[in-house]
Amino acid sequence: MTCPVIEAIDIVKDLGKGAGQVQALKGISLSLTCGELILLMGPSGSGKTTLLSVLGCMLTPTSGTVRVLGQSTAGAGPGDLAKLRRDHIGFIFQSYHLFPTLSAVDNVRLALDIRGTAAEPALVRSKEVLSTVGLSHKINAFPHELSGGEQQRVAIARAIVGGASAILADEPTGALDSENGHAIMTKLAEIAKDHSRGVLVVTHDPRILPFANRIIRMEDGRSCLQAA
Amino acid sequence: MSLIYRLASRNLFQDRLRFVATIIGIVFSIVLVTIQLGLYLSFERMVTTMIDHAPADLWIVPLGTKCFEDPSLLDEHDRDHALSVQGVAEAIPVVIGFTQWTVPSGGTTPVFIIGSDASKTGLHPWNFVAGNLETLSTPHAVAVDRTYFGRLGITKIGDTTEIRDQKAQVTAITAGIRSFTTTPYVFTALEPAQVYMGSGPNKVSYFLINVSPKANIDHVRAQLLEHLSKVEVLTPDEFRDRSRSFWLFGTGAGAALFAGALLGIIVGTVIVAQTLYSSTKDHLIEFATLRAIGSSSVYIHKIIICQALLSATIGFSLAAAISLIIVKSTAETALPIVMTPELTAGLFLLTVFMCVASALSAIVQVIRIDPAKVFNQ
Repeated sequence: MTCPVIEAIDIVKDLGKGAGQVQALKGISLSLTCGELILLMGPSGSGKTTLLSVLGCMLTPTSGTVRVLGQSTAGAGPGDLAKLRRDHIGFIFQSYHLFPTLSAVDNVRLALDIRGTAAEPALVRSKEVLSTVGLSHKINAFPHELSGGEQQRVAIARAIVGGASAILADEPTGALDSENGHAIMTKLAEIAKDHSRGVLVVTHDPRILPFANRIIRMEDGRSCLQAA
Repeated sequence: MSLIYRLASRNLFQDRLRFVATIIGIVFSIVLVTIQLGLYLSFERMVTTMIDHAPADLWIVPLGTKCFEDPSLLDEHDRDHALSVQGVAEAIPVVIGFTQWTVPSGGTTPVFIIGSDASKTGLHPWNFVAGNLETLSTPHAVAVDRTYFGRLGITKIGDTTEIRDQKAQVTAITAGIRSFTTTPYVFTALEPAQVYMGSGPNKVSYFLINVSPKANIDHVRAQLLEHLSKVEVLTPDEFRDRSRSFWLFGTGAGAALFAGALLGIIVGTVIVAQTLYSSTKDHLIEFATLRAIGSSSVYIHKIIICQALLSATIGFSLAAAISLIIVKSTAETALPIVMTPELTAGLFLLTVFMCVASALSAIVQVIRIDPAKVFNQ
């Protein structure tokens, strides 16, 4: 099944106001479907992060349509967008953004806690997911006790524990050495292969090109090249 | 258990110096408010203590009397007029007023005389720790409270002095009968009181009226007002209200205490708000991450409010312990601080309110976070 999990159609996004206003996205369209891993590449300032924010329902487009699992985000308020993110989208960040005062398992459980999942099943599920990313032996470790690669695996576990359909990753290997970067991309590719999720990765890292089903290059707020 | 409490407590305790500053702010604020309100309660009780202990259904007081300690005089013949009213069972004369007590060094100190016939019902001392009421029937006998021993220059029963150049001997000692004005009360019989006051034998300050068992108090009161001139007839509650109103608000003493309490609340709120704001600012990227991963605003607000409530609980516990020590240490002084269960509960609610209100600045800050901020960090 190749259902589109996120569709962006003719997205325009203006940033700033008055004389300082710039058009960060200039009518870009993109579709992320289940079972695929897309790499979004391009130079700094090309609009990758803005597009990721729009696809992740953190920014609303100036014009154009975003659909998450077929549901348009047009007219949705901040609370509705937060619910869409909570229910359907998992995020992975370059700097991991784990909570330093929480253990690995609690960092993962947080994604379930904000959904209102009861503590005990949330704990069991979080341990299971940590196990799938190879961290069953470090569930009680705090972020400062983990390597960069391990922290990123905790972040992956947090992104997938709630069953998100779309995983949006911003430079997930940017802070890692090639070995850890390779391990992380392998994990993301595995996630994409289970055909219930689509994974979109923003990256500058050419080493991860082999993991992509599709590569989209951006330049100056537009998609300039799509390669399968 | 939800992670809200864990996140809140760890955010709070992570920076220990800031946590200590928060707690000191709360403790300072609540102890200050406790002292101010405790003094207010203490004053409120002291202001009416004589009215509370007087066995009267009604008080006949000189027209325009502002409080119990307001020394105007009535004619003793009014007692006969009062007793002629149907339903009046007793009309007990009481003499009060300020006069001078000679201390051993030869100087004088002001005292407040309360005179009432010791052999009958009247406004008599209570809480005797030495001597008894009967001793006040002997010539020159007076009763004083041990709180004022130092001020009066006496140490024991049998000590003698002069009041307005007339002999006086301590024959009874009480505990805990303190004056709002801090001028010591001196109890004596009616006639010595008139001598010590120099008011003359036919002048008194009040009549305590007790009505017959089946009499209607309102009717008796109306009849008394008809039979007597230049007097007011007050119920004990009315006299209490009038005394409280005069001392606590007429003099500005109550307003000053409330102003002190308000200052404490403001200082505490500002300190807690500042530390919560600073803590939130330090964890801004974590709150942005929470928003990015889809947390509702309510979830984030709960974390901040939980931090505020934790601060309130810990701060209040310490403040209550310190306040209890202060209350105990002032219990035997001329100016005791009163702490009641109601005041304690009220202060806890005030602490919670103060801390939650303080959290608003932090909540406003979090509301403004752009979740997309996480991509730039």
